Amino acid sequence: MSRIGVAFDKARADGRAVLVGCMPAGFPTVEGSIAAMTAMVEAGVDVIEMEIPYSDPVMDGPVIQKASDIALASGVRTADTLRIVEAVAATGAPVVTMTYWNPIEQYGVDAFARDLAAAGGTGLITPDLIPDEADEWLAASDAYGLDRTFLVSPSSTDARLKMTAEHCRGFVYATAIMGVTGARAETSDAAPILVSRTREVTDLPVGVGLGVGTGAQAGTVAGYADGVIVGSALIRCLLDAPDQATGLAALRALSAELAEGVRTPIR
Amino acid sequence: MSANANANASAPAGRVPDAAGHFGRFGGRFVPEALVAALDELDAAYRKAMTDEAFLAEFDALLRDYAGTPSLLYSAERFSAKAGARILLKREDLNHTGAHKVRNVLGQALLTKRMGKKRVIAETGAGQHGVATATAAALFDLECVVYMGEVDTRRQALNVARMRMLGATVVPVTTGSRTLKDAMNEAMRDWVANVDDTHYLIGTAAGPHPFPEMVRDFVRGIGEEARQQCLDLTGALPDAVAACVGGGSNALGIFHAFVPDTDVRLYGFEAGGEGVETGRHAASITGGTSGVLHGTRTYVLQNEDGQTIESHSISAGLDYPGVGPEHAWLHDSGRATYAPVTDTEAMAAFELLCRTEGIIPAIESAHALAGALKIAPTLAAELGREPVIVVNLSGRGDKDVHTAGEYFGILDKE
Ligand SMILES: Cc1ncc(COP(=O)(O)O)c(C=O)c1O
Repeated sequence: MSRIGVAFDKARADGRAVLVGCMPAGFPTVEGSIAAMTAMVEAGVDVIEMEIPYSDPVMDGPVIQKASDIALASGVRTADTLRIVEAVAATGAPVVTMTYWNPIEQYGVDAFARDLAAAGGTGLITPDLIPDEADEWLAASDAYGLDRTFLVSPSSTDARLKMTAEHCRGFVYATAIMGVTGARAETSDAAPILVSRTREVTDLPVGVGLGVGTGAQAGTVAGYADGVIVGSALIRCLLDAPDQATGLAALRALSAELAEGVRTPIR
Repeated sequence: MSANANANASAPAGRVPDAAGHFGRFGGRFVPEALVAALDELDAAYRKAMTDEAFLAEFDALLRDYAGTPSLLYSAERFSAKAGARILLKREDLNHTGAHKVRNVLGQALLTKRMGKKRVIAETGAGQHGVATATAAALFDLECVVYMGEVDTRRQALNVARMRMLGATVVPVTTGSRTLKDAMNEAMRDWVANVDDTHYLIGTAAGPHPFPEMVRDFVRGIGEEARQQCLDLTGALPDAVAACVGGGSNALGIFHAFVPDTDVRLYGFEAGGEGVETGRHAASITGGTSGVLHGTRTYVLQNEDGQTIESHSISAGLDYPGVGPEHAWLHDSGRATYAPVTDTEAMAAFELLCRTEGIIPAIESAHALAGALKIAPTLAAELGREPVIVVNLSGRGDKDVHTAGEYFGILDKE
């Protein structure tokens, strides 16, 4: 079983959800992002979702766009992101990479899979790659034993939900809201329905993302999903801070609050 | 290139694009899952419409009675004398709203109605597509939001005013390079969030399947008309067809009918900006590499890491770092030839058309004119006679008067 699978199993045995925390690689710098992701793990984040910054992130809202722009402006390269995976994986937490497809295609799909596996990454979350176009990635992830997380959406038909879940390994990513990333005051009613529809077609754990920003919201999502995925709210801790120390302190505090939230599922 | 070389460029077996929208190794769908249902719905509606006589009759009537097509094919004698070739201008500039874009927009607006959607969104560079979309939205009583890079809202202020007059909301996009590619990102984000009641009316033959194929089909009347008009006028097919290539809709529109006529050379002219060698250009095929951008695999201006590089062109409508996947395929197959035209060359052709024919072209279209001027001597030498070149005059230059006035230094100081 994949390392992510182990994390989900352990959490399930403890009667709680897994907390997945997202951070762009190289934001605000390579070293700064390693410090941020390490702090998140220390404060209770179970799984790190490291996003490779991309110039045209169409699934992302303003917070991740801004952080990605800062990372790219600081000069982070795809090869650096592998170094970050290695450093963060050393904390013991599983590190899954989220990436738009073009950076991988340019690095070389097989080469990236090889290097990601060597760096200790668990696999990829691919927001703009659907299984229909993924032949090369299916082969490379099989060859190097990497997980594949494709997204399912409230608008997915039953047939697509089944097809997509069948191509996943590790966990399935349910996009709770029809919309881009960004913390919202309320998570959606569509999410529990999507999770139960997904459970009907797969035994894989289901993570829910898009919109979670507080411990209470994390508790709500933990009530029906196996994983709670948080991005923009964590990133904002760093974006809004006057300096790194303040940012990391805020990041730790929010990580701890969210970790508490996933341990108190509201059912 | 000889006519024979063109004839040898055979298409791969099977339907192009395939059912999943692949033109050879290009095209397809690189989109969030959230959009797949909407793309499938659109694909089904479009395929049904293209075999539905009621739809086709309604589309034809709109094109004729509202948009003013077929557009003229005009033999530009004085320009021809300077070019050393017989230049036939396909006068898409005379269409309602001033460009070829109205054809695509009317087709998609009709489909929007059929799908029962109440809202359209669009991206625009020069503003021509935004104006055309706002126009169709007014005509069909649809809510309309147009995303436009902030840089472009300034260079195309006149078109911003036109869109607002037509009742559209114009949203200046301040992310990234603040041009067409960023406007497209914002439109995609809007679509992901509002896909239930909204149609994304993409303005060129790019984006995820079925857009490239569908947009081409809505504008292919340009070439069908031009082919017949050329036969009527000259008794023969032209030696070459030339068009500018931004995302690629006007070029595919005029190429499509000629693709089987393998003796007719097809030339697409990309925006060479300050020169491809300077890196400041928008020539995705000539100066780019294969990659994925805005939902499709095609030629993209990008760095080694796959980060999109900002494009540069004096023409807002060509200032885009990608190109429709069918062009990428036509390039690879050798059926069409692509070459860059610099800002300077385009503006010289712009001026020449103004002064010889009394026609102010869009700066986009001036790239096609400049391209025709470049290929004319070679073609003449190859054929041993005056060549006949059909040039797609894709739009009129009213929107560019300020840019051109500044370029030529002919504006009065305030
Ligand atoms: C007049 C005109 N021609 C050409 C273009 C380029 O687009 P395409 O390559 O899709 O024809 C534009 C785009 O705005 C335009 O306004």
